[in-house]
Amino acid sequence: MVTINGESVDVAGKTIGDYLDTTNYDKRRIAVEKNGEIVPKALYDETLINDGDSIEVVSFVGGG
Amino acid sequence: MNDDKLIIGGHEFNSRFILGSGKYSLSLIESAVKDAGAEIITLAVRRANTKEQENILDFIPKGVTLLPNTSGARNAEEAVRIARLARELGCGDFVKIEIMRDSKYLLPDNEETIKATEILAKEGFVVMPYMYPDLNVARDLVNAGASAVMPLASPIGSNKGLATKDFIQILIDEIDLPIIVDAGIGRPSQACEAMEMGASAIMANTALATAGNLPVMAQAFRQAIEAGRKAYLAGLGRVLTRGASASDPLTGFLRS
Repeated sequence: MVTINGESVDVAGKTIGDYLDTTNYDKRRIAVEKNGEIVPKALYDETLINDGDSIEVVSFVGGG
Repeated sequence: MNDDKLIIGGHEFNSRFILGSGKYSLSLIESAVKDAGAEIITLAVRRANTKEQENILDFIPKGVTLLPNTSGARNAEEAVRIARLARELGCGDFVKIEIMRDSKYLLPDNEETIKATEILAKEGFVVMPYMYPDLNVARDLVNAGASAVMPLASPIGSNKGLATKDFIQILIDEIDLPIIVDAGIGRPSQACEAMEMGASAIMANTALATAGNLPVMAQAFRQAIEAGRKAYLAGLGRVLTRGASASDPLTGFLRS
């Protein structure tokens, strides 16, 4: 299993790009981190998600 | 006074009011920015929501500098991670470091803040650390490469005003970077007072978010900050330690 934003998801074997295509995330407005390292947008389609990976998908929200 | 610019990390600003964007509706952001005359707005980074269709970036007017914070970070490492993600979101190099390990009073961890400042400044960020006003820490932040120092006036979100006034004054007097009073400013008069003291700018969020009428309060803060800045530049009149000093001529009285 893969952990994405704290939840277990069965996406091992897909690329980040493939995974994002199955979601409603607005790709222009997110940043992705895999196992603590940033995945640049240009590498979404070639970055493979492996079993046990921990992925964070973040965006800006209101804050002070 | 048109050449009175706020300079942070080599970037020039005319406005000295840094606006927060938390705790109010996205639809109010544009008018808040406009009414505040703000040129810098803070944001937070959080896990993205797949269901959320509206993004805050679509509500912020063009030309406004984004200042992501590292809220949620409990140590330097987490702050650095959040700052890098914020930069990856593609909105520039500014970052407000905010590191807390105390969830009751939300006080900043000065020591971890120095560490994060050093790392991020080396990575080319314009680093604006939020801190508890302590002169030694402020000096360390300068040496670590900070572009401004952001001392708290009172606890975040409290609207209690300048509880740390004397210590902020020490930073203003001794530190060569812009001192931006952040957190706890609840009223325009408090913002004005901080500016009269020589603060370079004011950051406010809760004072507006919890006001009865946000856009009107944004205007009030803007005017107070401008008034305080002018008063500082003009030089405040002196205060007598005792007695009085007549404002009227002491001759020519109409006496019989």
